[in-house]
Amino acid sequence: MNKQITLAMGNGGEENNELITKIFYKAFKNEILEKSEDAAVIHGGELAFSTDSFTVSPLFFPGGDIGKLAICGTCNDLAMMGAKPKYLTCSVIIEEGFSTRELEKIVRSMKNELEVNGAIVVSGDTKVVPRGSIDKIFINTTGIGEIQKKGISSNAISEDDVILVSRDLGRHGAAIFAAREGIELSSSLTSDCASLTHQVQALIEAGVNITALRDATRGGVGAVLNEWAKQSNICIEVDEESIPVSQEVYGICEMLGFEAVNLANEGAFVLAIKKEDAEKALEVLHSFENSSNAVKIANVSQQYVGKVILLSSYGTKRFLDTPTGELLPRIC
Amino acid sequence: MMTTVKTEVSKVSELQLKDLYDGFRNPEVIQGFAKLIKEEAKKLPRPINIMEVCGGHTHSIMKFGLPQLMPENINFIHGPGCPVCIMPKERIDHAYILAEQEDSILVTLGDMIKVPGSKGSLQDARAKGADVRFIYSPLDTLKIAEENPEKKIIFFAIGFETTTPMTTALIDIVLKRQIKNIFFHINHVTVPEVMVELIDSRDEHVDSYNNRIDAFLGPSHVSVITGSKIYEKFPKKYNRPVVVAGFEPVDVMEAILMIVRQFNEGRCELEIEYKRLVSRDGNLKAQALIENYFEKASLFKWRGLGNVPQSGYKLRQKYSDIDAEKVYADILPKEEIEDHKLCICGDILRGMAKPNECTIFGTACKPSTPLGSCMVSSEGACAAYYKYGNLI
Repeated sequence: MNKQITLAMGNGGEENNELITKIFYKAFKNEILEKSEDAAVIHGGELAFSTDSFTVSPLFFPGGDIGKLAICGTCNDLAMMGAKPKYLTCSVIIEEGFSTRELEKIVRSMKNELEVNGAIVVSGDTKVVPRGSIDKIFINTTGIGEIQKKGISSNAISEDDVILVSRDLGRHGAAIFAAREGIELSSSLTSDCASLTHQVQALIEAGVNITALRDATRGGVGAVLNEWAKQSNICIEVDEESIPVSQEVYGICEMLGFEAVNLANEGAFVLAIKKEDAEKALEVLHSFENSSNAVKIANVSQQYVGKVILLSSYGTKRFLDTPTGELLPRIC
Repeated sequence: MMTTVKTEVSKVSELQLKDLYDGFRNPEVIQGFAKLIKEEAKKLPRPINIMEVCGGHTHSIMKFGLPQLMPENINFIHGPGCPVCIMPKERIDHAYILAEQEDSILVTLGDMIKVPGSKGSLQDARAKGADVRFIYSPLDTLKIAEENPEKKIIFFAIGFETTTPMTTALIDIVLKRQIKNIFFHINHVTVPEVMVELIDSRDEHVDSYNNRIDAFLGPSHVSVITGSKIYEKFPKKYNRPVVVAGFEPVDVMEAILMIVRQFNEGRCELEIEYKRLVSRDGNLKAQALIENYFEKASLFKWRGLGNVPQSGYKLRQKYSDIDAEKVYADILPKEEIEDHKLCICGDILRGMAKPNECTIFGTACKPSTPLGSCMVSSEGACAAYYKYGNLI
């Protein structure tokens, strides 16, 4: 591994995995951690437990801000284990000189998003550090949720499952990229940042046979599918044409040489559902505005175990890899 | 009546990106070309190797899986046309050292910051505290210079003929506005010279002049600037057909068909597939800008290929004041760094060997620790073999 930590090690892809396994898993090794699910399942399978730290530039972006993100992120990780978010902690590190008004704005949107999830913050911490020590503000949230449906796991996907996505992909990644410095793009694109608790609850209430769920944050759907292929020893065959991507995201991808499946989402999740329940799952998802374009994108096979392949509509195929490196525009 | 008119107007204004590319990615058209190519290829007297010179083409060919649509007697050779991959360690070290200077900001394009030199990549330099920024358009350098008047902004310019005019446009503004804190490290390279090198030069490693390149796909974007005229010598002098092609799958498929037809009809010509933008003469204004600020360096070293005569640009003598290679001459190393002795990139680029025939492929040479140019970016032949293995 590199002698210094590079940005590529935080990309949600290959380098990130290396950092986690070689340093953290090695030290903290235990049965629960090694399952590497979105949230740990504890207390005899009753509770889901997860933590996430948030840093984003710009702090306020089209479709959300760091506060909304900090609540959605942790609540969504809990939801992905079939849990209903209940109690959160909130830890904030603030750079000296940061605007109080902006802080209030961030906390207000945290409050709104907590209400959406029906969760409360029960403990917290604040630190202020000298100017230059951090970039404006970092937020950590940790959450506990009550598991409504047991046995959801990304280690249990089989050929009896099909893979769905809850909405069009890559919105958060593309919106943040378009808004960041050095890339002067004017676009009406908004992030998909949203809580997924209600969608997941509705799926559970409708009795949908859910095998696995995962929100496709850093590394995008490409990273999720590759993790699943490895964790469940399966091959995932994606019908490339069925992948839902908005025109704005597609345009940004074409210009910069990205693939929408590798861009981050903050309100889109991937579902592995038993074949016979796929229609029912889509029906439930379509009743929500945020997942009105949910669609099936892939089948599961044993063709190339541990791999994800993209099938084109004209008969060619290629591997969809775990994203590597920092997200950088191609030159030509 | 009014409603109808309104609808039509809004239809026009709602022209979507999809409308622009759909035709060029149409599955039926791609399959149609695949069928025509297969039919036509049956008449080929021998198998042919087509080199796509440009990394952009390699990317399209891989992304759309086009080799799987080719009959067995048509083979792609992935060329040296990725400006990031071919950057020799010496020049990446220059960038690294310039970035390390306390009062400097090193600015470059996209994935250049990933490629390792002998000291590491620019990403590593940034992790150690250097100010390295990537931009999408060279003109964004102006904003960085304006916001950091106390810093020296060094633009590490890379790319083929396509990106060269953007650098010269920036130089033009810097000189006209008398901006004092922007400097240039020029690494622009040109396509025809390296094509000549591949078919007409001695390979030091295998001590041969051989190559198996039968025809070239010329990159359309380069020719939008230079015109198609830069390739005229290839059919005439070197007996290699060239088709200047676009980057969409339909473009590439049509160009392949055009090449196969040339062989079957006994022609050897320069043809343009990308007629929608390429002319014989190209963009004269851009060419004048380049001519004004740049001249050819007698040699430019390519990673994996060595020194290629007349294949790179440098700033003209009278612009020495903004030439980082001159301004920082004291701190920039001049020693040559040898490519790895076992690396066979030169052979792979000539179509004489496949990546998996290289003894260090996948062992000493991997995408995370590339030794030769073909392993550096996803556009290189070795990286593609490493990544896609059994699907190629």
